[in-house]
Amino acid sequence: MTITADTLGRDHDHRPWLTRLAHACEPYLYSAPSLILIVVVMLVPLVIGISYAFRDIQLLNPFSGGFIGLEHFRELSRDAAFYGALRNTLWWTGASVLLQFVFGLILALLLDKPFWGRGLVQALVFIPWAVPSFLAGLNWAWLFNPVIGPLPHWLFGLGLMSQPGNILSDPQYAMWGPIVANVWWGIPFFAITLLAALQAIPRDLYEAASIDGANWFQRFFSITLPFLAPTIAITVLLRTVWISNFADLIVVMTGGGPADRTQIVASYIFTQAFKALDFGYASAIALVLLVLLLAYSMLIILLRQTLLNKD
Amino acid sequence: MKQSLLPTVAHRIAILCYIAFALFPLFWLLKVSVTPNDLLYSEGVRMWPSRTTFDHYAFVLRHSSFPTFFKNSLIVSGSTAVVVTVCASLSGYALSRFSFRAKYWIVALMLLTQMFPLVMLVAPIFKILSPLGLTNSLTGLVFVYSAFNVPFATFLMQSFFDGIPKDLEEAAMIDGATKFTAFRQIILPLTLPGIAATLGFVFTAAWSELLFALMLINGNAAATFPVGLLTFVSKFSVDFGQMMAAGVLALIPAGLFFLLIQRYLVQGLTAGAVKG
Amino acid sequence: MASIEIEKLEKSYGHVSVLHGIDLDIRDGEFIVLVGPSGCGKSTLLRMIAGLEGVSKGEIRIAGNRVNDLHPKDRDIAMVFQSYALYPHMNVAGNMSYSLRLRKTAKEKIGAAVAGAAAKLGLEPLLERRPKALSGGQRQRVAMGRAIVRQPKAFLFDEPLSNLDARLREQMRAEIKKMHADLKATSIYVTHDQIEAMTLADRIVAMHGGVVQQVGSPLDLYDRPANLFVAGFIGSPGMNFLDVTYSGGALRLKDGSQIEASVPESTPEGSSLTLGIRPEHVVITSDGRGRRALVELIEPTGFGIILHLSLHGIAFKVFTLDRQALAVTGEIMVAFPAEHIHLFNDEGKRIG
Repeated sequence: MTITADTLGRDHDHRPWLTRLAHACEPYLYSAPSLILIVVVMLVPLVIGISYAFRDIQLLNPFSGGFIGLEHFRELSRDAAFYGALRNTLWWTGASVLLQFVFGLILALLLDKPFWGRGLVQALVFIPWAVPSFLAGLNWAWLFNPVIGPLPHWLFGLGLMSQPGNILSDPQYAMWGPIVANVWWGIPFFAITLLAALQAIPRDLYEAASIDGANWFQRFFSITLPFLAPTIAITVLLRTVWISNFADLIVVMTGGGPADRTQIVASYIFTQAFKALDFGYASAIALVLLVLLLAYSMLIILLRQTLLNKD
Repeated sequence: MKQSLLPTVAHRIAILCYIAFALFPLFWLLKVSVTPNDLLYSEGVRMWPSRTTFDHYAFVLRHSSFPTFFKNSLIVSGSTAVVVTVCASLSGYALSRFSFRAKYWIVALMLLTQMFPLVMLVAPIFKILSPLGLTNSLTGLVFVYSAFNVPFATFLMQSFFDGIPKDLEEAAMIDGATKFTAFRQIILPLTLPGIAATLGFVFTAAWSELLFALMLINGNAAATFPVGLLTFVSKFSVDFGQMMAAGVLALIPAGLFFLLIQRYLVQGLTAGAVKG
Repeated sequence: MASIEIEKLEKSYGHVSVLHGIDLDIRDGEFIVLVGPSGCGKSTLLRMIAGLEGVSKGEIRIAGNRVNDLHPKDRDIAMVFQSYALYPHMNVAGNMSYSLRLRKTAKEKIGAAVAGAAAKLGLEPLLERRPKALSGGQRQRVAMGRAIVRQPKAFLFDEPLSNLDARLREQMRAEIKKMHADLKATSIYVTHDQIEAMTLADRIVAMHGGVVQQVGSPLDLYDRPANLFVAGFIGSPGMNFLDVTYSGGALRLKDGSQIEASVPESTPEGSSLTLGIRPEHVVITSDGRGRRALVELIEPTGFGIILHLSLHGIAFKVFTLDRQALAVTGEIMVAFPAEHIHLFNDEGKRIG
């Protein structure tokens, strides 16, 4: 790496070289501890993990470790559980992001106008965000449990269920359990982000629009949405990636069951590594997930470029 | 202008719905944790039991390994918070105040770490830490959690540093301070709220982490609270009262952090709205 | 106190050059004002003297010593910032004593220095307050106090008054002038406000586009501006400019009418020049002399009146103290006294 901190006028810098070197090193010294941590604990394992994808690494088998080329990927292409996990990931991510976003936006709009007790209300509705994710998962698992939770009884009372059962063990509806927990847990994040963006919109724009005779809906679509659009785009993009990797709730609530109906790719990787102790296969799935996520990000960037060029 | 009543009423009702949705699960947790065992099934969906008890808490605190879990989590989360805040203050300062060649790459690297599935690292990290004797050890967890949280904390700290005018440092340097003295005596004291927020944020993140703790820790001695609670759930899945009492206890640090950070919630966290 | 010499000083950011060879000798105890429009490089020059910006080429010497590579802390200068840059977490006394504490000065000495500066600036009752609890004017005073507690080699001011309202600015301007008369400290003061420049400076350095346009006493710049830029920048309302040609031994406007002025003999026949005259030097005549101008707008300022005229279609201003001008309509006659006419050649340089 070339060290040139002083990009300003470096062509004719006549300071003694020692002073210059000390000056140039400064930002690197400040960043070093963080960088070392990231490289050692994240980047190196990432590279090693990629290499595992092409090796036979099983924790309990002392004779494993050999290079096996694309064997894992061939196996993966025949793995029905993997395809199921892919479908579930789409479903899990799509439903979670959409619901979190819609309810988060509504909440942000509700909190945008000053009213008596807003500070308190804000603190109360943001509480779920501070709940540790494993506890959120357990908490909702208990709520769905007919022995201890009220939800099955209420659903039964409303006639939505033939008997008060646990939807987490119902193959058809099990996915809704983690999704509801995820929405509960994630609404505050969207609301906080969008609320901050809302409050950055200059108030006089609304006043000007009102004077021009715009009603609430016209103001929303002509001022609020265009101003929020960049925040919405970036938040939804990042959230999509994040949620598709977010396995905690599923591991805690269903462990992927019943019959793999709630298994997403991220939890499948974890199950392979943690339960089956097949690190090689887990890394191969992880690599596929990484490639898919990269492709998704690229797609979004391309889409954005085309949209920008059209204007 | 005349305010019509209808929108206001609708607004308040909507707000109440949100509050109810947000708080109900936690309320239920609390309710079951104070319900005596004999009423648990007979008064199933009642909003509040006819009798309350703290027996579950007493049991959890006296006769289970939860105090150990609590202590382990406290050590891990506290150390992680301190390590990350120190590192992130330094790197956040570098990103905020210097323009240097590798800056772009450092930012890109940190953003990348926010994008890729951390679960990918479960296997390799286990393989790396195990010969070093860092599996089943709190030190190993601190190490791993610190790395995971440094990128986000760096962005958070950077945004706090960006909020402090550069003039102040320059004034200090003209007054006779070196750059590092100015950082220590002028900038850091002014970033205290940011440092508190970062400490709290990282503490909670480390407190909540489950997957790596499950993978790296086995046995009760070094288990953190999430691991302990989950093992407890799978072993004694009928003692609902005790489980929920433990759950309420697990909420305490998160609640403390929430009180601390409430003020900076909207203002501070949007800056680094990269991660939940 | 010390002298400051600046020699062939250049500054560039990457390929963008912002200062092109500045030469300036500042004498011990002198009050120098750097003035110019925003982006002219005046602040960059000040920050280079302070050590907050690196030197690309050339040399800065304080008291005869080259300081190019010295850290700001080792240059022994004090600076007052536009934003004041008071440390929010220290009280007034803490702000003022910070530099002395960094130098490990003895406690009694610090106390005496702070008390002295506070007395000078009327800050005694505020010493325990935090900057947040001060008004704009008080903050400004604290910033000045912070500069004068230690006796530095030079004071640098970076537009220190621009955040104050007009009344306070006037008052602080006078106080700075008094302080300078008192301390006789070498001072460099950056401003875009020409009134501040005129009232404060021993010498003004007018800058534009990273180049020094003229150095001289305030009245030098007012009476004999070296070029069109200085002529237009100094004075308010700004100088009027008319295009003229020199032919047949006289100056002629576009319409051919003659203007009387002393033109240097060396001026070549047929050259096009720019004629400048300040609004306050234009005379409104009532005896038929002068030239016709159309009145377009009348601005009373209280003290005087600014008439916006159109002279052969060119916008033109007159400043007069005569209140009768408030009532004028239609056309009036204006004359340009020859002794107040400035002439500039086609490069914008003053001639004569």
